[in-house]
Amino acid sequence: MAVTGAVLVLFLLGHMVGNLKAFFGADAFNHYAEWLRTMGSPAVPYRVLLTVVEIALVVAVVLHMWSAVSLARRAAQARPVKYAAKRKSQANGYATHTMRYGGVIILLFVIWHLLDMTFGAVNPKGFDADPYDRLVAGFDPSRWWVTLFYVVAMIMVGLHLRHGLWSAFQTLGLAGGRSYGKLKAGAALVSLVLVVGFLAVPVGVMIGVIK
Amino acid sequence: MSGMNLTLKVWRQNGPSDEGRMVTYKVEDVSPDMSFLEMLDVLNERLILAGDDPVAFDHDCREGICGMCGMVINGVAHGEQRATTTCQLHMRHFKDGDEITIEPWRAAPFPVVKDLVVDRAAFDRIIQAGGFISVPAGSAPDAHSVPVKKEDADAAFDAATCIGCGACVAACPNGSASLFTAAKITHLGLLPQGQPERDSRAKAMVEQMDLEGFGGCTNTGECTAVCPKGIPLDTIARMNADYLKASK
Repeated sequence: MAVTGAVLVLFLLGHMVGNLKAFFGADAFNHYAEWLRTMGSPAVPYRVLLTVVEIALVVAVVLHMWSAVSLARRAAQARPVKYAAKRKSQANGYATHTMRYGGVIILLFVIWHLLDMTFGAVNPKGFDADPYDRLVAGFDPSRWWVTLFYVVAMIMVGLHLRHGLWSAFQTLGLAGGRSYGKLKAGAALVSLVLVVGFLAVPVGVMIGVIK
Repeated sequence: MSGMNLTLKVWRQNGPSDEGRMVTYKVEDVSPDMSFLEMLDVLNERLILAGDDPVAFDHDCREGICGMCGMVINGVAHGEQRATTTCQLHMRHFKDGDEITIEPWRAAPFPVVKDLVVDRAAFDRIIQAGGFISVPAGSAPDAHSVPVKKEDADAAFDAATCIGCGACVAACPNGSASLFTAAKITHLGLLPQGQPERDSRAKAMVEQMDLEGFGGCTNTGECTAVCPKGIPLDTIARMNADYLKASK
């Protein structure tokens, strides 16, 4: 969970910063999309680095899900008889209790997001359009339900990382004593930055700052 | 002064192979000064006089240090009062007319023996796997012959206060025994006497914990919140660090 999660968090940070290029106009954004494919050129052939990153991400996502499923299965086996009284959380960690269903929502979102922005299958402009045109068309106010889904998914990502970030340090044995306050504050800050950064672009399109 | 009238919903199970069920009892005139166990004693005396089977529950010291009196009260291990065992939970925390649900620890490695009594031998086997120091230490050494840092001594002592009650397992959504196992690993791993076997201890105890069928830790923190001794969550980080180092 911790190691694959760390890979995915690094990706999210890069993805969020890249998205913000949309505020600098169509050329900046499309150029950035092209740069992702020509990274390392001419030493590295076209789209090689991007493909490597894509494979690494798919592996990380699959292993992350595999860890989650095996943890959930072990948990179910460890408690075959459930409590009759509703279990009351004593640790006041709301985010902690969204990890499993939140993860499923995030997975559904990622599938939609790839169909929308990468493959263009559910995008009004389709695969052949510029990335920037796909972006603007995808978040058109008439498709408010798509934007709403993005907002919900991003809040889920935020909650997921609110717990996941400090939890990864704990799992790897890097937390201890007085570091918890800092780790949890850091997790909250990074989660917030990512949510705000990711939501800036869809909201920007919706209110017409990006068009 | 008249006492409280309570409705109890108690898990009744005749033996390990019985299916078990919740049974409702009324208990009248409960004094707020009673402990939770004394309230159950009142119920049991009445059941015995009526020729019924009394509710079986574990208890020993009744002063909060033996770790026997585990039960889940209204969905919280040892009840909602923090850092308190069931025997030290007093009826003044309840109100007249309350309905109280009482269940045993729920975990596959803790099979129900009868009613609220569970078999916690799985914890003994985790300790047997490595929760000891196999150095012939002789008589007690002079207090200052082996220096121990104050912070280490404090943290080791905090971990050593674990009474092995099993509330951490009962409260964990995953049924994990990480806090219990980590407490012993921390206690011994921070002291000079525990160093020679530090790696093998962490590995053996974690593997035994998994073998017993406890779930995995997802850092929910529910364990430390219900722990009657307040064993901190950083013991689990220390266990993970020792385990990862030992597994290299």
